[in-house]
Amino acid sequence: MINGISINYYLLLSTVLFIIGAVGVMARRNSIIIFMCIELMLNAVNLLLVAFSTLHGDASGQVFVFFVMAVAAAEVAVGLAILSMIYRNVKSIDTDILSNLKN
Amino acid sequence: MLGYTITQWLFGILSFLSIMFALMVVFSRNPVNSILYLVLTFFCIAGLYLLLNAQFLAVVHIVVYSGAIMVLFLFVIMLMNLNQDNEPQRATLNKIIAGVSGGMLLVVLVGSLKGGEQLGLQSYGSSQIGLVKNLGKVLFSEFLFPFEIASILLLAALVGSIMIGKKEIK
Repeated sequence: MINGISINYYLLLSTVLFIIGAVGVMARRNSIIIFMCIELMLNAVNLLLVAFSTLHGDASGQVFVFFVMAVAAAEVAVGLAILSMIYRNVKSIDTDILSNLKN
Repeated sequence: MLGYTITQWLFGILSFLSIMFALMVVFSRNPVNSILYLVLTFFCIAGLYLLLNAQFLAVVHIVVYSGAIMVLFLFVIMLMNLNQDNEPQRATLNKIIAGVSGGMLLVVLVGSLKGGEQLGLQSYGSSQIGLVKNLGKVLFSEFLFPFEIASILLLAALVGSIMIGKKEIK
């Protein structure tokens, strides 16, 4: 129990948010939306890390969330640079058009 | 109020709103709407951090995600001129497959996590670890080396994104 809320509810909420992100990655074609769904999945995991860190009274989980945020920022910067470069060359960021590499 | 405390009410409302906004991110046609719903989702998650006594992370979350990352997304969408509803959609079969596999993953995860209440997880230790003072002490003593590595990572990402984004490399 954290402030009167059972850890099970946090587990359930993070699972649902993660699944929504995963379905978004599978169901959408726009690369930027796929990126955003990946951010959503990262946030679901972060939420669960913070919940367990508070439950155990251990600060390591929250420090780890801090590092996850730093890595996510770096990932988004590089990923969006790559996407804008692809858009400049191909004029599209549709994932079905970007599958040229396989044939 | 119906036997629930104010914290439980806040948790319920925030989790409902975050799930709703996350669904809107996936289902809205216009990419700009998707980004704005994602910002709202991040605000709800920051509220959940506050409920967990993680004030520092809540502030950092709002600053980094809503303030920096989502603005970057919005800039890129506007630069590519994608703020219309004419995005090509996946075939309906693919969408159904994605939904079914997501639902199966949900069932598996919830089923495996259902025994969590038998683990004997109860709160111990102080709940003041999320404050800036306590987190800073841990970050700059025990995790000093990873902190420096993270700064090098950010520098590398900065240089890399500039090199990728240049028109041509001379």
